[in-house]
Formats: sequence, C-alpha cells, structure tokens
Amino acid sequence: MPRIPLTWLGEHVALRPGTTAETLAADLVKVGLEEEEIHGAQVTGPLVVGRVLTEVGEPQKNGKTIHWCTVDVGPQHNEANPVDPAGPPSRGIICGAHNFGAGDLVVVALPGTTLPGGFHITARKTYGHVSDGMICSVRELGIGDDHTGILVLDDDVMARYGMDPAAVVPGADARTLLGLADEVLEINVTPDRGYCFSMRGVAREYSHSTGAEFTDPALPTAADLAPAPGGFAVEPADEAPIHGVPGCDRFVAQVVRGVDPTRPSPGWMQRRLTQAGMRPISLAVDVTNYVMLDLGQPLHAYDLASLVAPIVVRRAAPGETLTTLDDVTRRLDPEDLLITDSAGGHGSRILGLAGVMGGAETEVTAVTTDLLIEGAHFDPITVARTSRRHKLPSEAAKRFERGVDPQLQRVAVRRCAELITTYGGGQITDELTDVGSPVEQVTITLPLDLPERVVGVAYTADEVLGTLRALGCGLGEVRAEGGRDVVDATVPSWRPDLQMPVDLVEEVARLTGYDRIGSVLPTAPAGRGFTHAQRMRRRVADALADAGLVETLSYPFVGAAEMDALGWPAEDPRRRTVRLVNPLAETQPELRTAVLLTLGQTARRNVSRGQSDLAIFEVGLVTVADGAAAEAPTGGVYPGDDVVAKIRAAVPTQPRHVAGVLAGRREPAGWWGAGRPADHTDAIEAVRLVARTVGAAVEVRAADAMPWHPGRCAEVLVDGRVIGHAGELHPSVVGALDLPPRAVAFEVDLDALIDAAPDAPRQAVPVSTFPLAKEDLAFVVDASVTAAELTEAVRTGATTSVAGDVLEDLRLFDVYTGAQLGTGTKSLAFALRLRAADRTLTNDEIVAVRESAVAEAARRCGAVLRS
Amino acid sequence: MSDQTPVPALSPLDAEGVQAAVDAALAAFAAAEDLDALKEARIAHAGDRSPLALANRGIGGLAHTDKAEAGKRVGAARGRVNQALAARTVELEADRDARVLREESVDVTLPSDRGATGARHPISWIQERIADFFVGMGWEIAEGPELEAEWFNFDALNFGVDHPARQMQDTFFVEHPEGPDAGASGLVLRTHTSPVQARSLLERELPVYVACPGRTFRTDELDASHSPVFHQVEGLAIDKGLTMAHLQGTLDHFARAMFGPEARTRLRPSFFPFTEPSAEMDLWFPQKKGGPGWIEWGGCGMVNPNVLRSVGVDPDLYQGFAFGMGIERTLMLRHGIADMYDIVEGDVRFSLQLEGTI
Repeated sequence: MPRIPLTWLGEHVALRPGTTAETLAADLVKVGLEEEEIHGAQVTGPLVVGRVLTEVGEPQKNGKTIHWCTVDVGPQHNEANPVDPAGPPSRGIICGAHNFGAGDLVVVALPGTTLPGGFHITARKTYGHVSDGMICSVRELGIGDDHTGILVLDDDVMARYGMDPAAVVPGADARTLLGLADEVLEINVTPDRGYCFSMRGVAREYSHSTGAEFTDPALPTAADLAPAPGGFAVEPADEAPIHGVPGCDRFVAQVVRGVDPTRPSPGWMQRRLTQAGMRPISLAVDVTNYVMLDLGQPLHAYDLASLVAPIVVRRAAPGETLTTLDDVTRRLDPEDLLITDSAGGHGSRILGLAGVMGGAETEVTAVTTDLLIEGAHFDPITVARTSRRHKLPSEAAKRFERGVDPQLQRVAVRRCAELITTYGGGQITDELTDVGSPVEQVTITLPLDLPERVVGVAYTADEVLGTLRALGCGLGEVRAEGGRDVVDATVPSWRPDLQMPVDLVEEVARLTGYDRIGSVLPTAPAGRGFTHAQRMRRRVADALADAGLVETLSYPFVGAAEMDALGWPAEDPRRRTVRLVNPLAETQPELRTAVLLTLGQTARRNVSRGQSDLAIFEVGLVTVADGAAAEAPTGGVYPGDDVVAKIRAAVPTQPRHVAGVLAGRREPAGWWGAGRPADHTDAIEAVRLVARTVGAAVEVRAADAMPWHPGRCAEVLVDGRVIGHAGELHPSVVGALDLPPRAVAFEVDLDALIDAAPDAPRQAVPVSTFPLAKEDLAFVVDASVTAAELTEAVRTGATTSVAGDVLEDLRLFDVYTGAQLGTGTKSLAFALRLRAADRTLTNDEIVAVRESAVAEAARRCGAVLRS
Repeated sequence: MSDQTPVPALSPLDAEGVQAAVDAALAAFAAAEDLDALKEARIAHAGDRSPLALANRGIGGLAHTDKAEAGKRVGAARGRVNQALAARTVELEADRDARVLREESVDVTLPSDRGATGARHPISWIQERIADFFVGMGWEIAEGPELEAEWFNFDALNFGVDHPARQMQDTFFVEHPEGPDAGASGLVLRTHTSPVQARSLLERELPVYVACPGRTFRTDELDASHSPVFHQVEGLAIDKGLTMAHLQGTLDHFARAMFGPEARTRLRPSFFPFTEPSAEMDLWFPQKKGGPGWIEWGGCGMVNPNVLRSVGVDPDLYQGFAFGMGIERTLMLRHGIADMYDIVEGDVRFSLQLEGTI
C-alpha cells in the first residue's frame, strides 16, 4: 500500500505546521484513508554537518592507517579542542576512510545518534584516542550502497541532494539536508480509490480533510492539450476487447534523445523512492517510477535504438510466450494485452504485458542515449486479469486495475521527459505520439435532496454543490426535474469510481464529515420472533449442555486421514465429498460429511491434554455432495426467477447435525463412590434427549456401521428413515483417535429430527385422579429377543384387553441372565402402572390387562411368565 | 418397671394423701430427662398400679355418701397428673426430635458435583445473545448456507468478477462437481454473511429487518488474532426512508447491548461494493491496551442500489442499511481473550470457564 513521505506530500499541499505522521494519519482517516503503518525517521539524534579541521594519519601495527581528526561540528556541539587546548573548539574523531582531508564538509553522527538499522553512536576509546562520534558513509546513512569512503559534501553531492550550499555549514542538521528525518505514513487505500496511489491524490484528500490549499501537480499546460505532432508510430489494435472496452484507449509516446546514460538520478529522488518503498536503479527507471508515485501514471522507458516501428498494442495469439524481466517464461493467454513492436514483422515482437510488466529486450541499458517514454491508459479489467493470471502484482498493475486518470498521460510523459533531460542532459524532441480516444467523462444527474434522504443530514444546496466542486466535478446549472432540484455533475477524470448518484452522496457525506450523521434508532415492524427450528436448535444445545456435555467447535475441513480414523470403508458413500480448490492444508481438501470426522479430532486433542473424562458435542453443518455447478450472472440486474432457482438448486445440501463423544467416566468419582463409566446407553440417551427436546418420536434398533462397535451400535430412525447412530465406538476407532477404551459417540441429523416432530400443537390428555393399580410381570425369553420387541408386545397386549387402554406407564426394570434360567435365555421384568380415565379399575379388569399382556408377549416373542 | 414395691394403699378420702400423690407425680414428670424416664414415671404415677389409680379403684368400695366427694377429688387429681404428663411428653418429644436432627447433621461443604458439568461454546451463546438483541427490536433472524453460490456471495452484492474487492476476499473456491478439470463450480465457502442479504430480500416481504449470525471462511492462516473459519453477524434493514442516521442509531444501540451503557460507535469513510455510502465502524473501547480509544468493530453502509436491483427491489422506493461485525472479535473484546487458538481448538476448559458469564 502507498507510502507517503511527509516532505513529498508537502510539495503539493500546504501541510499544517507541526504535522507529523500521526496527525496526518488522523486527518486522512476522516476522509477514508486508513493508517497502515508509520515509518519513523530513519535517523534520530544529532546527525550534523562537520568541517574537518585537522587530519593526521596514524599507521597501525596491523598495517592499516587510521585518521585522527578534529572536526568542527558547530558551536552548539563543539567542545574544547582534543589535540591542542588552544586550538579551535571541535570534536576528536577516529576515521578509517581515506577519501577526505582537512577542509572537507562531512556528515558526523555525534554520540546519541541512531543510524539506520538501530546503530547507536557513543563516544568510545579506540586506537589510543577518544572518538567522539562517527564520520559517515553513504551506506551507514542508509541512502546508498557505496561504502568505499565517507560522504563528502562537495558541490556535486549538494546539487545531487538538492541542498542549498549556504545552509551546509558546521552544526547544520544533516538529517534535514539528507531527508533522514522524514516520517513516512503508509496508508491503506480501498479498491475504489486508485487515485490515492499517488502523492497527487493523497494531497487532494488532505486538502478535502483540512481545507489546506492544494495545487494539482497534473494540471495540463496548453501544450499538453494541443494535438500531438506525431512521432514514433503506435497502433492500438485490440481485436478482442473484454466487455467491449478497448484494452488500450490512449497511448502517448515521447522521444528523448542525447541523454547521458552514465548520469545517476538525483539523491533527493533516490531518497524519496526509497522512502516510498522502491529501489533506485538508474536515471530513466527512477524518473518513470518517481512520476508514477507522484502523479499516479505508470510509465515505461524504452531504448529507442532497439525498437522497430510501429509499436502495436494487441491481444496475445494462442501459444505465444514471453520471458518477463523476472526471467520467467510465461505462456500467454489470448486475453493478455501486449505491447509489441515490429522487429521481425508487424507487431511480432512482444515487448511486455501491457500495464503489468516489460520485457528485457528493449530495456534502457547503461549505453542508452535515446529513449521512448510510454504513458498509456489500459482497461482496468484487462490489466487485473493479466496481473492475476501471471501472478504479477506490479506497481503499474496495481494502479491500472484500480483505474488511472485517462487525462494524465500527456502531463506525466512531459514531466518524465523534463526530469530525464534535467538530470541526464539531452533534448525532448517534437516526436510526440498521442493516439486513441479516452472514454468520455461520466455526467451524473444528482437530485440535490438525495444526500439528505440517504444520509439523514440536512445538507444545504450550497454544501452539496460546494462539495462537488471541491471534488473537481464540472457542474451544470441547478434545474428542476420531476419536481426536484437537480444538478448535472461531470465527474473528474481521476474518479472513475463515481458512477451513480449515491456515489456522489457518499462524497458529500465524506467531505462534510461522517461525524455529522445523527443517531436514530429505527422502528422495525412487529417481528415474529425466532422460527421453530431456531428455537429447537437452541433448546437442543442447551439440553445437552445441561446434561453435562461441553459444546465445542471445529473447522469443517477433512481428508482421507480423518475418514480412515473413523474406519469408513473405501466405498462408503460418506466419502463422497465436496472438495476445495485451494484448501488450507493439502491433506484436508474436503468438506466434512459427518461432524464426528472433526469432533473426533477435538476429542483426541482434549484427551491428549489430560481430559480423561470427556463429554463433548458439536452442532454444525455437513455438506452433501449433491450440488451442481452454479451460474453467476452479472449483478446489478435481477436475473429472473428461473435463474435464481437454478442457482439455489446448485448449492449442495448442508444439513445440520449434532454429534457427541463421551469417554472415561460419565459420572465422576468422588467421596460418594467410584463414579460411572460412560457406555453405549449414554450415547443413545443423548440422542433420545435430543429427540425428546424437539418432540420427535424415534425408534432405536441394532445396527452395524463404522465408527461403531458392531455389537454395540444403534441406528436411530424417524418415520422409518435412519437419521443417525449411537453407541460404543469400534475399538480400532478408539485406538486411531487415542481415546480411552470404550469411548462412545453419537451423530444425528438435527434438521431431520426437527422436521419429523409434529408442527401442530400437541393435544393434552386429562390427568386422571382415579386410583392407580400396579402390576409387575417378569418374562423369560430367548436371548435373541430384544428389549424393544418384548416391550412393544407387552404394551400392545396391555392396551388391547377388555379393560381398554388403561396403561399409564410401562417400564422395563430388570434384566436377568444366569444359572436359574436355561442357557440361551434371559428374563426381563416390567412394571405396569394402570389407571383409567373415568373409573376405578376392577380386579377383573386388572387381571384382564395382565393376561392380555402375557398372551401377546407369548405370541410375539415366545415369552413365558417367570414363575 | 423399676419400682415394683407395693404401694401402701391410698385412701380416696385421704385428701392430703391424694395431694401428695399428685405432687409426687408432677415432680417425677418434671425430673424425667427423656422419654424413657418419663415412661417409668408415668407407670409409677399414672399407671394402673399407681396410688391414684388404686385410689380411684377404691372409690367403688366407699360409702355412697363419700363417693361423690372422693370421685371428684381423685378425678381432679388424675386430670392434673395426666395433663402434666402430656405436657412433659410434648416437651421431651420435641427435645428428642431436635437431637435427632442435630445428630443427622452433615458437612455441607463436601463436593456436590456428582454429575458431569456441561457448557455451551462462547461463540454459540454470544451469537444467541446477539440474536436475542435483534429479535427484541422486532428484527428476525435470517439464515443461509455456508457453502454458497458465488452469485449470492459476490455478484448479487455488486462484486463484479474483476472487481479488486472480489480478489481481496481470500476466497475458498470449490471444485466443480464433475472434477477439477470441469471448470469453475460457481460455488465458494461464503466469505461473509452478506449473501444472506440477497437471500433475505429474495425470500421475504418488504420491509425487511433481519440479522444473521453465522460462520464464514477466508483463506487466512490461523494466528493469535485470525482464524480461517470465523463468525460474523450481518444486519440488514430495507424500508422506506431509512438513512445513515438509522444505521448509526442501530449500531450505537447494539454497541451498548454488547459493551455496556458507555459504549458508542463512530463511522468513518470506507468502501464496500455492496454499500454506498460505506463506512468502517469503530467502537469506543475503554479497556483498550495502552489507554481508551477507538478500535475497528465492523463495516457498514447504505445498501447499494445495484444490490437491490440484483434481487428485484426497486431502489427508488426502498433503501436501507447493512452492517457486519466479527463475532470472535466481539467475544475477544468483551472477555479479554488474547488468543484465537483458545476459541477454535475445542478445548473444553475454554467453554467451561466462560459458562454463566453475561
């Protein structure tokens, strides 16, 4: 994101006195430019100009010669002369470099200075002297790579850094002279505000925020507006525009001749580039980058001698490749827009990816004297796609994809040519090409009351019009339309984001300040509260928590390892999943089809952290791989009921499941006893609890499904459909998940349970106050008969006697196997509570119920009453 | 039966003797310290062989003229004795009952947690609390799928295919159902709860006031303050005449509900494709590290007319606002949670420690 050196910004807009990066950030955030980071001054402390007074070479035993110097660092810093007390006040400094002598002006870091990289300067004793500071090299100051000698402030250097020689005197603050005291504010620019990727744009925003005077540095001169005489031939030849927008709607090219290729870019420019986060390279490259950072127009400088006219801007042909500056050979896509020249045929040599990155062949080199400077305007979508496709988020692409001012090219190219010739010599020739016709500027008709209607602040017409003017809009006369005052506002060329009346509303609100917006609580119409399903889901989670289970959450990402851990066979339909294109972890590219896949891992983590008694549950969505590919029509217009229905239908089913894992003790040990280990009944009871909570009737029967123990697994049904399982986990699963032995688990489709519950209010049965009759029945049955079968038989028998349905409650209270019974048999005992709604039961009736129950149990299950 | 020695017969005519027997009985009852002692005293002084009983029996043998007086005397005496016995019995039974309860006392500070302790996950209950807040204002709670059509997640919300904002969302893309080479699936893990805006406007009658807490996904690496799977709450109000002032009012009210009566919010300009004007919402946070200050809480704005058009709502008739904030962030701020790992790892100790907080 853009870095704004304060001193650079201050060239375009009058910063308030005392502005720091922090106050600048506060001013900019009001207009929507957020602070990303503050980069403080590179050097702190007394870094001053010094004049070397004396310099004595002192050969050392190691063969080196060090220099013992006295340096005048200005009256405010000088002390008594360390060599000769009668000599002029100064500081004594040891220096190892040889490229200077007495009389030279140098940069001295006095004790207390911190140089780039956190290098703190103190007075220290060395080579038999006290060195009271350091004479600095370019590299030590962090303004270049040169470490061959110290920085001598001669005329050349002063000119290179733009210093006023009169100000370069002993004691002067070298941080200011070298720009090392500058603070830099890095800002976060939202995607709609491409123009803020320039000092020009940020300066304008600062002016909006503070009212400070702003001078647009990109105002065109008369020459910039005059038709170009024509120069190097350029042909925009886009035969496959995206969305009908030409890839290049403007191309300006200026020839500059006779530049001295050995001349470096000025020090001040290098410093600003560095502060803005770019590396200085050469005069031509630095100037193009500098103008881009300053005005927002990406530029490119070609070695004119290596170009063959005409330049052709075209889409890539299938199969074409390009080796970009980063030495990567890229297969081009027919959507890529290319800058080509005609070496080897018309438009046949690729120079670069338009607006993204140049190629090596026509780069400016160390011997280039004649340049062609390109300033073009490219289609944001074309550049964005190419930049993304080739993963080249260049500085140019960042700006083009957000929208570059289509009126800026002539100004920027001129400015670039001027800077190159100023610092590199040579001439700006009259070979100036300007082809293409940029898009017309948008005119928006704004009802003057719209800002108030949307924002709720009573803006005056003057405020609205004044804001639009400050933005740079061209305004027509206020006129009446449909009974409202409206104004036609032509939006400035640098604001392609302004397209609709509400875009201007935001500008009015933004520039007059969001702090003017009031605070009014709206009154919603009467709502219907939570839906039934919403209420039930909350009750289920609360019920499980009340029953002693802890709710946890997990990511829904899984892979083969998680499915293997649950022992799912290879052909298990639950292995059919929706897969991610770009998963976080390559081993977990799939979306879970069961909550236990990830809840099992949660259980493992808890156990590994010492939670040996564990009861956890999770309520969450699983994804069924039953979707189709979904259309994605363009927004901004209703695509029609059919299309919307198809889009909805393409989204895979995502039922909400509830699952739990219990391990170790279900009831804790304590002073009352040893506690009780969790077993399959706890898992099954959790499911029954969930079903009771939502009011659904479930059936439980034996099943065999991984990850459960084949003999201790129940499937849960509603209306004959299996909606979940519960029971003890298979020992291999317990092992794979590192759980305590005999851990149990459940998982049910909560949506299905809620759907299965009756949605009409249940009707109450009157509470009978007639006397209760209790009957106990113990049966002997074959061991293969299930409790559910026998219970059902007893219930049917007990409710169909001549006494009618008088069974108030039926409860299985004992199971017995043992020596008193035959092998292969068991005894189940039931307690019956009988009560009629309308009478006291007679003894005969009670006997009838009993006999009917016994008969039915015998008929269905071969049960014999235990004697 | 300690005292079996024959008692000299007491004559029913012996007024002094009868009085002495009464006195002796009352003294014996009073002296009895427990129900056993009282029982002995009862047998001795009010039993069948007690002097008064014997005297009573002796009345039958008296001369007719003496019977009335003797009967009256002995009857009154026995009445006093029985009354005293009954009173003492009540006293001693009360003593005994009190002693039994004293003896049954236990250490009430012994652990009482015989059952396992459960808890909801804080992310769950704070979402429910947020839902309660909005339902309390008459809003309804809307829902949508986590694996969502790109059209709902992006296009309908005015994120064009090439919009930089769409690229900035760090989206999890989903493979085509027919395999990785079959092209784009048009499905993503929703990057925000905002697709529920489009779904709600398609499904519901206007005006619409809905909130949607839910799970969202972005391809961020998990660290102390970010999670690739996180939760947001979306708010959407579309009606006639809603303005940014109503947005600010709703946010202020919500902030107070979450962070107490001193809480307030501030809007500052920002950009989202689905709102215009757009704003970042800051929350005044007195507990901020390094001193009270504003911290970012969410994004919001007036729903972009293009979004309304996408779902067939006429933006000339209806307008409104939308906002979204991070649930994890809200939870972390409210409860001083420093590390995102605690929220996402599923360690039961995290859920248990915040159980029962407001």
